[in-house]
Formats: sequence, structure tokens, C-alpha cells
Amino acid sequence: MSTIYPRRKATNGIMMVLCGVAAVIGLAWLALILGALLYKGLAGINLAVFTQMTPPPGEAGGLLNAIAGSLVITIIAVVIGTPIGILAGTYMAEYGRFSKLTTVVRFINDILLSAPSIVVGLFVYELVVRPMGHFSAFAGAFALAILVIPVVVRTTEDMLNLVPNALREAGTAIGAPRWIVIRSVAYRAALSGIVTGILLSIARISGETAPLLFTALNNQFWSSNLNAPMASLPVTIFQFALSPYEEWQQLAWTGALLITLTVLALSILARSLTGRREDR
Amino acid sequence: MTLAMAEQRVDTRREKVVRRFAFTDMIFAGVSRAAAILVLLILGGVAISLVVGSWEAITTFGLAFLTTESWNPVTEKFGALAPIYGTIVTSGIAILIAVPIGIGIAIFLTELCPRPLRRPIGIAVELLAGIPSIIYGIWGLFVFAPFVQTTIQPFVINLFKDIPGLSSLFAGPPYGIGMLTSSMILAIMVLPFVTSITKDVFDTVPAVLKESAYGIGCTTWEVTRNVVIPYTRIGIMGGVMLGLGRALGETMAVTFVIGNAHRISASLFAPGTTISATIANEFTEADGELYTSSLISLGLILFVITLIILAAARYMLMRIGRKAGA
Repeated sequence: MSTIYPRRKATNGIMMVLCGVAAVIGLAWLALILGALLYKGLAGINLAVFTQMTPPPGEAGGLLNAIAGSLVITIIAVVIGTPIGILAGTYMAEYGRFSKLTTVVRFINDILLSAPSIVVGLFVYELVVRPMGHFSAFAGAFALAILVIPVVVRTTEDMLNLVPNALREAGTAIGAPRWIVIRSVAYRAALSGIVTGILLSIARISGETAPLLFTALNNQFWSSNLNAPMASLPVTIFQFALSPYEEWQQLAWTGALLITLTVLALSILARSLTGRREDR
Repeated sequence: MTLAMAEQRVDTRREKVVRRFAFTDMIFAGVSRAAAILVLLILGGVAISLVVGSWEAITTFGLAFLTTESWNPVTEKFGALAPIYGTIVTSGIAILIAVPIGIGIAIFLTELCPRPLRRPIGIAVELLAGIPSIIYGIWGLFVFAPFVQTTIQPFVINLFKDIPGLSSLFAGPPYGIGMLTSSMILAIMVLPFVTSITKDVFDTVPAVLKESAYGIGCTTWEVTRNVVIPYTRIGIMGGVMLGLGRALGETMAVTFVIGNAHRISASLFAPGTTISATIANEFTEADGELYTSSLISLGLILFVITLIILAAARYMLMRIGRKAGA
């Protein structure tokens, strides 16, 4: 009987140490990646990165057209995807809170949320690129919009569900129709949450490479034509990193650092918007 | 007389306003409902377009597509066995590595970690879940693969060279890139997902349950093993499946380090390929309808596999959500 206590204690000690080790390994590994990224990426940061075009192999240059392309594609994707996502989320939380359609849409939306992005790329290829006969920035934006929608739907629904019903009832009691209650009461109360959702969706798409590979393709030069292939940071990184040229590899690291910083900044911003609510 | 007329006029005006309100409300309800239905249509559209796109490959190769290893663009003979094998093996190994570590971190965060550190570490893990996969890919190619090539692989090959079975599993020249390297990168990638979901479901365990176990003298590990983990079993499974779904569909992190070789080798050190890596590497270079169509049918296979896994994961997480809500 007396031997069982030391044994239990020892088991507990061993398992807890193992958990601690797991935490150290996991976090150290991730820290290692970020460290390497900072080290290699910072080495290539200079003004030329932001002012010059992507160079031909073996020459110095920058990432200007890739950065601009990424911005354009992302903005279009957000402009297309956000209204659809907010409206769908509104339906799920307001008009159809108890309808069967909402349950189905929620389930499907959650699947879309983590569906492989390369499959979305194939979908857009079949839907847009093939009928049009050529790759285009618009197709890339369309693919990213499909990735924006589920994120925005999810957060909008969640945030509208958090709005107290008493607020809506107060609006209805003074005679406001439903859509004015939604617009002036529910949206206003859930505003920071909805903005968070949009920020998170931008963070999600700003590093997406796979769906752009065969929709927006890539472009070595400056292009403002939405109907033609356009460069984007992720695809440029992909192409440059796999090349044998040192200048290109350095630019790939720098681009990777830029993307990571953007994503981290967006996530932290999104978090600080809703952080106060979580603290309570 | 004039009063009654005025009243009537007010009435008709109010009626007009109310009718206009009802009309705009109907439009708003209709538009938002249409947006919700659009979400369903997107998933349906993805499925239909993939089937349409892969139709030529399906009719040409039939079910043999799934069991053929050869992938030859020149003779236009395509089979999906090698990518399917690569996808399943790399994701499987990744999950085997990531799940114990993820659960360990979750236990650490919920039971061991000093309270002031809990939130920062939890947030750090969640932030890392958002880092795009191409970052893991470029790190894997330039930092991790050379390290594997010069340090891990020679060591492991020497270690197992006299043991039958294991020697063929870890055989071949140390390329650095290959199946095992990809699995390890994938493991690092899905680790934040598994950790944050496990931590979330651990937090749903009612304090009373844990306290009563502590009250009868259980150690922390015994409480975790016999109370927390059984209580959250379904949720953990859901998190693991979600991580698996991510790993299966992951493209960029793998494409960099898998080596893109269409063959099935016994050795985990050998280069291989996965479905998504094959599509990413070859799609824009594919000439000929049959080649493109075969790549799209690879996408269809991936879509079906992940759809099943994700649906199962969501179903499990929904069940634990209901339990926590009740």
C-alpha cells in the first residue's frame, strides 16, 4: 500500500515534465522559424525592395510590382467577399436564426473555412480562367474572395449572436422595422467584432499562394490590367525561392518577412479590437 | 370635418411609410438569404466544377486511376496512387508527431503554466496558427532540409542500418528533402491548430469535476488522464481531424520540400509527392487536355478526402459545443 504513493507521484512528475518539454519543444521550434525569418529577411530589407521591380535572374531589384499586385488582388477580394459574408452572417443571426437553412449553411461554411485552398484555385480555374482563355488578376481576386467569405460569415454570425436581444426589442418597440434595427442597432453593437472578422480574413488571404498559382499566375513586370496576369508576393516568393539565383532567394526571404509581419500585425490588431470583451 | 380629413391623410401617409418599411425589409431579408444560399452554392459549385474538369480523366482511366502508380506526361498515362500515398503518409506522420506535443502543450497551458504566462503563450500559439504556409515552406527548404541532410539523416541511417525493416524505412542517400522532412514541417504547421483547439476543449471541463477528483487525492496527471481527457475525448478527436484536414490539403509547405517524385518508395527519406504538391508544381505546365484533367481529378480526390474528414471533425466539435452549451 505504501509503495503506491511514490509510484503515483513519480508518474505524475514524469508526465508533467514531459508536458513541459512538449511546450518547450513546440514553442522553441516556432521561435526558431521566426528567428530564421527575421535574420534572413532583414538582411535584404532596403529601399530598393519597395521601389524597384522584380529583377531578371542574377540582377538586383525589388518587389514593387509583387507588393502592388498583392495589394490590388487582396483589396478586390475583400471588396467582393466582405458584403456577401456579412449579409450571409446577418441572415444566419437575424432573419433565420432558428431556420433549418442556417444550420446547414453553418455546417457547410465551417467546411469551406478549412477546405484546401488549392481546390478553390482549381474551381476558379474551371469557372473563370478556362472560359476566358487566359489567366487574370481578376480570377485571382475571385479565388481569394471565396476564402474571405467563410471567415467573415463565421465572425459576423458569432458577433451578431452576442448582441443582447433587449437591444433589438428596444428598437422594435419604437416602431423600427427589422432591417433598421439590424442596421442601426445590431451592426453598431457588433461593429468591432465584424471588423475583426474582416481583418482576420485579410490576414488569411494575404499569404495564400496555392489559389493564385493558376488564376493570377505571375508577372515579371508592372501591370495594372486586371484582365491580365498579375504578380503577387506569395507567388513571387514561391518562384524566387525555388530558383538557383542568390538575389532571387534573398528577395524571397524578404518577401516572406513582409508577409509574416503583415499577417502578425493584422492578427494583433484584430485581437486588440475584441480583446477587451474576452478579458471580462 | 377638416380634422377627420387631416387624420385620414396622416393615416394614409403612415400606411405608405409602413408599407415602404415592409418592402425594404423584405428586400433586405431576401438579399441576406440569397447570400446565405450562395455559401451553399459555392461548395456545390466547387464539387461540380471539379467533376466536370476531371471528366476526361475519369472516362479515360476509370477506377484504375486510383491504383496506378505511373505518372507519365509524355505517354499520357496517369495514375494517382503515388500522390495519394504521399498525401496520406505525410499527413499521418505529421499528426502522429503533432498530436502528442499539442496535447502536452495544452495540458501545460491549462494545468502547469503560471497564470500570468498563460494568456501570452496562448495568444502566441494562436498567432502562429495564422502564419501562412509558404513561410514554413521557405524555412523548410533553406534551413530545415540542409539540417536534416547533414545531421539527422546520416545519424538515423547509421543507427538503423543493421536492423531489418527499419533499415529500408530509413534508407537511401540523404537528400534532405523528402517524405519525412515534409511530415515534420507539416507537424510544425498543424501544431498550433491542434494545441489551440485542445486547449479550448480542455477549458470546457467544469471545474467541479476536476476539483472533486483532486478532492479524493488524485495527482494532476491522474486528473488529466481520468477526468479531463475522457470528458473532452470527442473534442480532441475533432481537433485532431481538423488538423488532419489542414495537413492533407496543405500545399506550399510541402511543395518546397517533398521533391516531387512520382513513385512510392519504402524509404521515408526518399523524395515523393502529394496531391497538392503535384497540382501546384505541374498545373501551369500541363499541356494537353488529359494532363490538366488528370490534375483536376487529383484535386477532386483531395476534395472528397478532406470533405469527409472535415465533416467528421465539425460534427464532433459541434457535439462537444452542445455539451458545453447545455
